[in-house]
Amino acid sequence: MKIPQRFERFACIALLLGLWELLCAAGAVSPVLIPPPHRIVQAMLELLLNGLPAGHLLHRHCLESLLRVAVGFAAALAAGLPLGLVLGRSERLRNLCTPVIELLRPIPPLAWIPLAILWFGIGLQSAAFIIFLGCFFPIVLNTVSGVVTVDGILIDAARVCGADDRRIFTRVLLPAAWPSVCTGMRIGLGIGWMTLVAAEFTGVKSGYGLGYMIMTARDIQRPDYVLAGMALIGVVGFFLDVLLQRLQQRIVATRTPRSH
Amino acid sequence: MSLEIASLCKSFPKDDPAGTVEVLSDISLTIEAGSFVSIIGPSGCGKSTLLRLIAGLATPTSGSIDLDGVRISGVSEKTGFVFQSYALFPWLNVADNIAFPLAMKNASKQQRRARALDYVERFGLRGFEGSFPAELSGGMQQRVAIARSLIDNAEVLLMDEPFGALDSQTRSRMQQFLLEVWQQTRCTVLLITHNIDEAVFLGQRVVCLTQRPARVGDDILIESPYPRDVTSDEFNVYRRRVLKFLDREHAAGLRDKPPC
Ligand SMILES: Nc1ncnc2c1ncn2[C@@H]1O[C@H](COP(=O)(O)OP(=O)(O)OP(=O)(O)O)[C@@H](O)[C@H]1O
Ligand SMILES: [Mg+2]
Repeated sequence: MKIPQRFERFACIALLLGLWELLCAAGAVSPVLIPPPHRIVQAMLELLLNGLPAGHLLHRHCLESLLRVAVGFAAALAAGLPLGLVLGRSERLRNLCTPVIELLRPIPPLAWIPLAILWFGIGLQSAAFIIFLGCFFPIVLNTVSGVVTVDGILIDAARVCGADDRRIFTRVLLPAAWPSVCTGMRIGLGIGWMTLVAAEFTGVKSGYGLGYMIMTARDIQRPDYVLAGMALIGVVGFFLDVLLQRLQQRIVATRTPRSH
Repeated sequence: MSLEIASLCKSFPKDDPAGTVEVLSDISLTIEAGSFVSIIGPSGCGKSTLLRLIAGLATPTSGSIDLDGVRISGVSEKTGFVFQSYALFPWLNVADNIAFPLAMKNASKQQRRARALDYVERFGLRGFEGSFPAELSGGMQQRVAIARSLIDNAEVLLMDEPFGALDSQTRSRMQQFLLEVWQQTRCTVLLITHNIDEAVFLGQRVVCLTQRPARVGDDILIESPYPRDVTSDEFNVYRRRVLKFLDREHAAGLRDKPPC
């Protein structure tokens, strides 16, 4: 049997789900530990219609989480992109700042949670701050490496065309480094999304958030709700990456010609 | 525009402390407005360095360069520069590459478009205004680069081995094309080349630079009128003279630095 190519990548997922369902049906695994896939779908529906805690509906949890990520990511982009451009351009500044960045970078964003709560209290700001920390370093480092590899002759060419320093940044360095910047954004957003859920485990004020919902499900011992939350996190994370990939391709498509 | 170069020297710092590499040593040249000057010299003697100084991309260690009696300090909008590697912006299409200097002067979009299309037409690039540099042949890319250097009414055209990367047929077509452009615009052209035939075929004058540190070793007036006949006896006399000079410099170079 020949599977059309576009369905090929779903084949493996379908196979795993089928196997999982079968194992559960055969009684090989306890449904209390690992509920079967159809139970998770059912749980998803219950979360969507009834909510957890009661009245706190699934899509609101999801939107609230996305908002936190959007704020943290936007802040990281607003700070990281200009910083990356400047550091990429100046070897002196790069030498000065790299040790600081390399010292801060390995600290897990979650280790900042106590300070974040101390500084910003529990709420959007502290969660966004944690996300910011997750997104910031990949964006800075990839922008730097994108700028460092820009051919110096393009900068000279822009200068003889009358470009001032600001124009060199916006008209040469930024477009030349764009593919690398996008890679940084994708890695940053991925880390940010992972960080968010963990950050919400520590508590949210609004009573919404996917991580918070999973924690609530654990407290009432509903592994099907936990797994439904996990599945949604995976799917949303996947689509966020697809979105950025599209953005990257759309802008990059104009500069790398179709081969003829 | 006339060009007055007086006692120009340029040294670069070397790796070992206090050491410097002297690249240009006391270069003086007077170049009349509207003339075509070829510059030839042994590899690595400092030809590009000389051109970058005239373009204002680098500053002299001592000496001066005057454009129409005005001391240059930084990039002048009256000079255009053409690089051997074309140095086109890969993310801009042909029209936007050509119009880049106008964009740097905040010209309106319609103005940029109209001027760029005019050059597209005159430079034989019709139908390619929306193409990206990677989609063009080497000769076409170099046409775009020349158009970009002239669009802002440059009066001095600096060319650093502009045809070095082209095959010989394209190269001779581009030489012809350059002569036409020069005769139409009457700009002052300084052209660096490795190629004796090219230097003699194009220039009203061939300036021969010595081994590093470069001085003006010979300054030959080529008095044959355009269009020139490369098979004439006269042409061979000039070629022989330049060839002799370069052979002598090459031998001198070997004497100074005996092979180990
Ligand atoms: N920015 C720089 N710093 C240090 N040394 C430099 C710099 N630019 C050029 N040089 C040195 O100056 C010398 C002349 O370089 P230049 O590129 O001007 O020579 P060229 O005549 O154009 O050579 P080619 O024939 O290879 O094009 C070389 O030895 C080079 O190493
Ligand atoms: Mg050179």
